[in-house]
Amino acid sequence: MARLSVQSLNALRDQLQAERAGREGKCRATVIVHMGTCGISAGARQVMTALLGALEERGIADVAVSSSGCAGMCSREPMATVQRPGEAPVKYADLDEKKIVRVLDEHVIGGSIVKEYALAMGSERAG
Amino acid sequence: MAVKRLHLMVCAGTGCVSNKSMEVKAALETEIEKHGLAAEVDVIPTGCNGFCGVGPILLVQPDGIFYQQLRPRDIPHLVEEHLLKGRPVQRHLYTPPGEKGTIPLMSDIPFFHAQVLIALRNRGMIDPEKIEDYIAREGYQAAAKALTTMSPQEVLDVVKASGLRGRGGGGFPTGIKWESTKRAPSENGTRWVICNADEGDPGAFMDRSIIEGDPHSVLEGMIIGAYAIGATRGFIYVRQEYPLALKRFMIALNQARESGLLGEDILGTGFSFDIEVHRGAGAFVCGESTALMASLEGNVGEPRAKYIHTVERGLWNMPSCLNNVETWANVPPIILHGAEWFTQLGTGDVSENPWGGSKGTKVFSLAGKINNTGLVEVPMGITLREIVFDIGGGIANGKRLKSVQTGGPSGGCLPEELLDLEVDFDTLTAAGSMMGSGGMLVMDEDDCMVDFARFYIDFLMAESCGKCTPCREGLRNMNMILQRICDGKGQEGDIELLEEISACMIDAALCALGTSAPNPVLSTIKYFREEYEEHIREGKCRAGVCKALITYKVDADKCSGCTLCARACPVNAITGETKKLHVIDPNVCDRCGACYDACTFDAIIRV
Ligand SMILES: Cc1cc2nc3c(=O)[nH]c(=O)nc-3n(C[C@H](O)[C@H](O)[C@H](O)COP(=O)(O)O)c2cc1C
Repeated sequence: MARLSVQSLNALRDQLQAERAGREGKCRATVIVHMGTCGISAGARQVMTALLGALEERGIADVAVSSSGCAGMCSREPMATVQRPGEAPVKYADLDEKKIVRVLDEHVIGGSIVKEYALAMGSERAG
Repeated sequence: MAVKRLHLMVCAGTGCVSNKSMEVKAALETEIEKHGLAAEVDVIPTGCNGFCGVGPILLVQPDGIFYQQLRPRDIPHLVEEHLLKGRPVQRHLYTPPGEKGTIPLMSDIPFFHAQVLIALRNRGMIDPEKIEDYIAREGYQAAAKALTTMSPQEVLDVVKASGLRGRGGGGFPTGIKWESTKRAPSENGTRWVICNADEGDPGAFMDRSIIEGDPHSVLEGMIIGAYAIGATRGFIYVRQEYPLALKRFMIALNQARESGLLGEDILGTGFSFDIEVHRGAGAFVCGESTALMASLEGNVGEPRAKYIHTVERGLWNMPSCLNNVETWANVPPIILHGAEWFTQLGTGDVSENPWGGSKGTKVFSLAGKINNTGLVEVPMGITLREIVFDIGGGIANGKRLKSVQTGGPSGGCLPEELLDLEVDFDTLTAAGSMMGSGGMLVMDEDDCMVDFARFYIDFLMAESCGKCTPCREGLRNMNMILQRICDGKGQEGDIELLEEISACMIDAALCALGTSAPNPVLSTIKYFREEYEEHIREGKCRAGVCKALITYKVDADKCSGCTLCARACPVNAITGETKKLHVIDPNVCDRCGACYDACTFDAIIRV
């Protein structure tokens, strides 16, 4: 590493923090891609890859991307759930590589729900 | 920039590594590769998480899921379930002792959520061999702040106002020590800062964990201290038996030098300072300040009388400021967040008198008969009960607590009645124990307090350097007396004699090894005197530890003749035919207790 000055130390810290936001568990939103057998056969893997690619392109590291099992509506897969802190989670259905990127830009980053793809608000209650 | 969606923090502390956490890490990497997840998932080896009793440990971020006791063969299933399908694997989650339900989130586990992390602030969150990981968590920000926006005097004033007291045992106010070093006359302006990483207390591993898990935090503290004091060189005295700590220090030093954080013109501010590492040779007494400095000079590690303090004339007769690893690690957050932030935690009031309270946190290593053995950092003023029962999970195997030893080999034993005592420097000392460097040993009803005192006096006798008579002869005689009490040959007056020798050592020994060595004896006499008296007068050891005072017998009504005891006996002292009464020959029996443990009918009795 090059010798640091106070300015370059701060710049390095900011860059490193952005890269490591997920490690800290500090995220502006979580996107869960449902990856049960049904989801994967309907293309959930491609949706996941497209989502991660778009995040990388946009230089965003503080969006947690997680996978989970089948959401119980196998006919509407691939599905994803977007959760922003303090807001009700939103489930999206019949996704593809393009749609997930729109969800990312408009809902995850922009804050407004993409109504055309949204299936329902809220999640089943646990327990 | 590569976005990773999951961060797998694998504990690479010494405890977890010895339980094969590196094999777990390798298995994770293999499986991740196999499922094509390498671009999405990061595997990070971290320092000790402190919950050593349940290792190997894996924390999955950002989910916060805590896995424990993983074996390499658990990994294929775990990767498929959690990393691919997002379903945490129930059977590897933590279950509190005596309960059924699991606790998936690390932050919900009682062991963790009662802790407050200052010295261990980066615990489990960074790869200790990467300076980038330290920088990402505000590392070297405090040094930058001190060097560019504060005068040395301002830095000193903040440390003084914080009330920080030395974590190495003595509890001496750090700011006062820094100030004395700064003020001490030095002909050529030379002053040293030194880090005490000798950690010779048996069973203590606080400092080792800090160094292994976050070496830069110690270096940053030393840079700030050197700036405040006006030192240009620093030394780290690390014990030889800590090879991983040594390696981590060396890596960190090189990284800091390459980044311009050590050496000439640090951060372009004109301030220059560098650190050398010296390996100790494994003597407990070398942790004592003057012995440590003698050893650093290449002389025999013996203490000297301190008519002249080391802050005036220490290493090579120059003003020297020695602080413990944990003390140094506390400095950067104090500079970053201010003295007031630090004084919110803890006891007493340090605004007028630096000895007026204990501020901040203390790291303890929990050991002995406790469910959750490991390393914890707790706010000063927490009660022993909270540490032992809330964080430590209580006594193992449903036994009853007898005593808690704080302060390492020369600490004292406190009885159950004192469990609500607040943990701070002065309260523990007043109760006849001490904070020490932070060892905490929990004893249950199967521990004999006389044997306990004998054990520690044995250790201290072996470690006494022998330079001064009270310590050398005092320990030898105390050892003799304690040994004869444990052997059932104690005499009337032995307790009083132990007290007399103790008083002489406290008055006259040269260094704190000798003056604190009577603590285990005096505190056990104070709180468990009846056990001494039983040994001496009745030839009885109620815990069943002192072999000369116990015999094992077979209860004829309960023995089923199952032969388990005879097979367990290593000296063939038990005879008897299958399904017939067994008998122990007291002349052959060496009282190891193997039959007692082996019998499933409670037919072996200890009297
Ligand atoms: C016998 C003996 C052993 C000691 N061992 C250590 C040790 O291993 N580590 C340590 O930091 N301090 C140890 N000390 C305390 C040091 O003498 C000294 O007080 C301390 O390093 C000062 O740093 P602090 O003010 O930051 O605690 C020991 C003291 C004695 C008398």
